[in-house]
Amino acid sequence: MPSLLSIEKLSRNYGNLCAVDSITFELAKGDILGFLGPNGAGKTTTMDMLTGNLAPSAGRVTVNGIDLLDEPRDAKRHIGYLPEQPPVYRDLTVDEYLAFCAHLNGIIKQGRTKAINTVKERTGLTKVGHRLIGNLSKGFQQRAGIAQAIIHMPDIVIMDEPTIGLDPLQIREIRLLIRELGQTHGVILSTHILPEVQATCSRVQIIHQGRLVFADTIAGLEQRLCADSLILGLKKPPPKAFISNIQGVQTVEALPDSRFRLHFAVGHNPAEQVLNHACEHGWGPYECRLEQHTLEQIFIDLTCRDQASQATEETD
Amino acid sequence: MWAIALKDLRSLFLSPLAWVVLAVMQFILARGFIVRVGEFIDTAPFRAARENAWGVTDAVVVFTLGDASLFLLILPLMTMRLISDERRNRTLPLLKSAPLTMTQIVLGKFLGISLFNLLITLLVALMPLSLLTGATIDLGKLATGILGLFLMLEAIAAAGLYFSALTASPTLAAVGTYGLLLFLLLIQAAGSADNEWKVLLDYLSLSGHFIPFLKGIISSRDLGYYGLFTATFLILAVRHLDAERLGG
Repeated sequence: MPSLLSIEKLSRNYGNLCAVDSITFELAKGDILGFLGPNGAGKTTTMDMLTGNLAPSAGRVTVNGIDLLDEPRDAKRHIGYLPEQPPVYRDLTVDEYLAFCAHLNGIIKQGRTKAINTVKERTGLTKVGHRLIGNLSKGFQQRAGIAQAIIHMPDIVIMDEPTIGLDPLQIREIRLLIRELGQTHGVILSTHILPEVQATCSRVQIIHQGRLVFADTIAGLEQRLCADSLILGLKKPPPKAFISNIQGVQTVEALPDSRFRLHFAVGHNPAEQVLNHACEHGWGPYECRLEQHTLEQIFIDLTCRDQASQATEETD
Repeated sequence: MWAIALKDLRSLFLSPLAWVVLAVMQFILARGFIVRVGEFIDTAPFRAARENAWGVTDAVVVFTLGDASLFLLILPLMTMRLISDERRNRTLPLLKSAPLTMTQIVLGKFLGISLFNLLITLLVALMPLSLLTGATIDLGKLATGILGLFLMLEAIAAAGLYFSALTASPTLAAVGTYGLLLFLLLIQAAGSADNEWKVLLDYLSLSGHFIPFLKGIISSRDLGYYGLFTATFLILAVRHLDAERLGG
């Protein structure tokens, strides 16, 4: 599929600080790309560059084949942006605000009412159209922000932490909405809430200290998340060698409280054999569980390992 | 561009500020107007005896337009929120990520405040025009005076827009605009002292260029002054917002 958005070696410096360091990725129609990273990793800077709010120090952004830097006006037509704080005018009503956004994005007068009604329906704002945005709850303000980002039917919707500050019910609704958007638009979603990515996205990217340190599809990610180790607790543990001789077990690590971590090849869970052995030889098994990897672990591995290696570099 | 202009105009009138400003100023101007009309009627016998006596245009209309330059002192309050409010409410990204150039954003903002200026000048013009019911006035002179007033308001509006682009605090933007405005009004007084700076200071003076318009003179010197003044601050505002996008 041709890519909607392609980013090549995008960099941004603030003085000596390199906030984003030659990032390259693509977005295709139907993708929901989760953009993860700790605070200050360069997520917002990247999004600002993709939406023309910030000029990159180096690199190229192509939107639907149009260069964002050469022809910003044409390129920006295809992008909808929801910044971290919904950019709403508190003293306008929802209808007035959306009419303004429609006009701003160059929707012709005849089409505006229709566009506003469609977008209100999609974001569940129909009932509050005549109310002042300033009097609405945070969730509805956020929806008005999303409505603004999709009113001109852009091919790409970019959202910076869209579920921050919402209650669990609203978060669920917004996630549903995002998944729905993903069917017709390409979506980039920045967040540091990990379960959100697993719940909504089709691809994941982790940015750390301005660099992309991880990029994979959710399917690929799930493969990585598959268990490849087993924790076994025994009341009367045998020597380690006995356990590692069991078929399917690759290596054994001894843990405190006479627990062991058994590593195995993905897809060849040896739990049955291990438990059979344990019962036969009276090792007294009291615990046996798979160690499931979480996205959080991968995230922490990636972001902290980097810090650790940097720390050693610095001490060298 | 029009979207921004119309939204800004609407926002101005959503807060009571614009209404109160227009009402208070209209009241002050109307009071001055009535006093002048009264004086004009009272002194009618004396004037009848003199040749080259002032007509109603010079005695009433011109002074009313002169009084209307008081609106200059109000304008910084109207322009202070133009861009600084967008910055404070974090709505600037909305404008920046719309398919608009920075120039269009600034021009849209300027257009919005220009519509307000237009409204001011029209309201001011209504009073002299009401004299038409009972007197003949020099419509040409009224027109040049109105034009001059409008151009002067536009110049300060552009400066206010620029100061508003500099900061997220409307108060700071207003103070900056007042500083420039008072400086430009006061240097005329300094300029009246006789020294080698006089020519320059006289030229820089804001109200100095308004007086020819009141006399019915449209000169390229004054048009150029207001035009350059306005354009300079609009370009500065565009440059500042662009620099923010480019710089760190």
